[in-house]
Amino acid sequence: MAKRIYGIFDDEEILMKAIPVLRSQGVVCREVQSPFPIHGIDPIIGTPRTRLSITSFMYGILGTSLALLMVWYMMIYDWPINIGGKPNFMLYLNLPAFIPVTFEMTVFCAAHGMAITFLFRSKLLPGVTAPIPHPRVTDDKLVLHVDVNDETKMDQTVNSIKNAGATEVLLKSMQFS
Amino acid sequence: MDRKYELTKNNRLIPMIMMAIGLAAIVMGFLTDKSRTWASLLTNDFYFTAISLCGTFFVALQYVAQAGWAVGIKRIPEAMGGFLKFGVAGIILIFILGHHELYHWTHAELYDHSSPEFDAIMNGKRGFLNIPFFLVRLIGYFVIWVGFTYMLRKQSLLEDAEGGLVHYRKSVPLAAVFVVLFAITTSTGAWDILMSIDAHWFSTLFGWFMFAGLFVSGLSMICLIILYLKLKGYLEHVNNNHLHDMGKYMFAFCIFWTYLWFSQFMLIWYANLPEEVIYFQVRWENFRTLWVINLLVNFCAPFLILMSRDAKRRNSILWVSGIVILGGQWLNVYLMVIPGVVGEDWHLGFIELGTMVGFLGFFLWTTLQELSKASLVPKNHPMLTESLHHHI
Repeated sequence: MAKRIYGIFDDEEILMKAIPVLRSQGVVCREVQSPFPIHGIDPIIGTPRTRLSITSFMYGILGTSLALLMVWYMMIYDWPINIGGKPNFMLYLNLPAFIPVTFEMTVFCAAHGMAITFLFRSKLLPGVTAPIPHPRVTDDKLVLHVDVNDETKMDQTVNSIKNAGATEVLLKSMQFS
Repeated sequence: MDRKYELTKNNRLIPMIMMAIGLAAIVMGFLTDKSRTWASLLTNDFYFTAISLCGTFFVALQYVAQAGWAVGIKRIPEAMGGFLKFGVAGIILIFILGHHELYHWTHAELYDHSSPEFDAIMNGKRGFLNIPFFLVRLIGYFVIWVGFTYMLRKQSLLEDAEGGLVHYRKSVPLAAVFVVLFAITTSTGAWDILMSIDAHWFSTLFGWFMFAGLFVSGLSMICLIILYLKLKGYLEHVNNNHLHDMGKYMFAFCIFWTYLWFSQFMLIWYANLPEEVIYFQVRWENFRTLWVINLLVNFCAPFLILMSRDAKRRNSILWVSGIVILGGQWLNVYLMVIPGVVGEDWHLGFIELGTMVGFLGFFLWTTLQELSKASLVPKNHPMLTESLHHHI
């Protein structure tokens, strides 16, 4: 089990320069927490690309199917109603009338599913204590998450993070609640 | 940074051959089937005029939005505006010579109370749809579109030569005025040139629908020309990030086109009023296959091809989707013109496709000529650096 330690940085430019140096020394950088978005940091950290867009497609398909199932059950199977003389005994014959509903359900499911998945994966659901290793990451500090796989190399890793420009290295998360 | 596009031998020869094919198709058409030929001339001339107009609109849009990313590719939509004067002049010429075949409302007997052909509905629309006023409007479009294209291009070239911010500051109000006039004239232009073919029928969102088609086909053309120039070794400063933005634009406006297509269709389908439904009735009865293909090619294909991020950053996929969208939009214009003019006896053969090849040749010829006249990078544009460092 890898142990996670946290390097605290003051400046994003120092951090952006530090990460490639650390990675070339074999330090496993997992994540960066920052009070503001840093453009172009994802490829530097080397985290794999988010799969959130794939989930959005799947939630969208789910929404389309749910909507079609719903209108088929309501308007065709359970209680067909003659509206304006439109055919009401087959779904595909009356499909244009159901497109707006299907569209709305697709957007609804894709948007909500994606947002909920994001909050769930980031452990940010309501009532959960936010996983912030250092209180000032919400103010002016940047936190680099590093995984140490080999406990014997702990001191060496801490030193290299400090040499790369970190003002402080935390061996344990300073949770506050 | 000062590199110009150099016309190769093929750049002159191939458009010439294409124009010769087009001329052959038009001559053959006039000898065999007159109304089909007029319809195919209007289809193709309108289609390429719309693409060319989108070039100027794209340039103006970047000025109004103060967008920096597109500066590096700005010369391409600018060059596309070079075809505009020929295109609009062609529409005026086609109207003057072929209005009897193309536009039912120009027939004089419709307005003659003693004639059995008298048409009360057309008589009611006479204040708007009459030949002199129609010509005045067409000339108005010519003046507005070609005039603003010329002025924006002139400022851009002066900026290259002289530098400084003064030309940029002059271009922004020009572009703002053009965008407003463009919004009005594309709507009325769509009513005049395309909707008045089926003069009894009307649709309030026809102008926006036409605009969506114009924009998406113009964007695809810009994207394809960028890809062609990159293939030839030009535009080193244009990278995957710029192409990604073009891909996003194409993807978004395909959906916008479908949104408007469907809004127009569903309301008419649901209300089921005879005078409105007739428009889709004709297309459903006589053009069903093309009508369905139109929707598949313009919505489903680009939607599924261009959805993922990686697809928008890959040149081969952008080539394919650009060509698919351009073909689909051509079919869309075809389906707006042909049913009203030719009706049941329609064909999709050498006359239509040959004329299309001819107009494409003409369009490429003027565009490449314009491209070769100025440096491919607007070197003194104040936002050039932003475009060179564009990263998403």
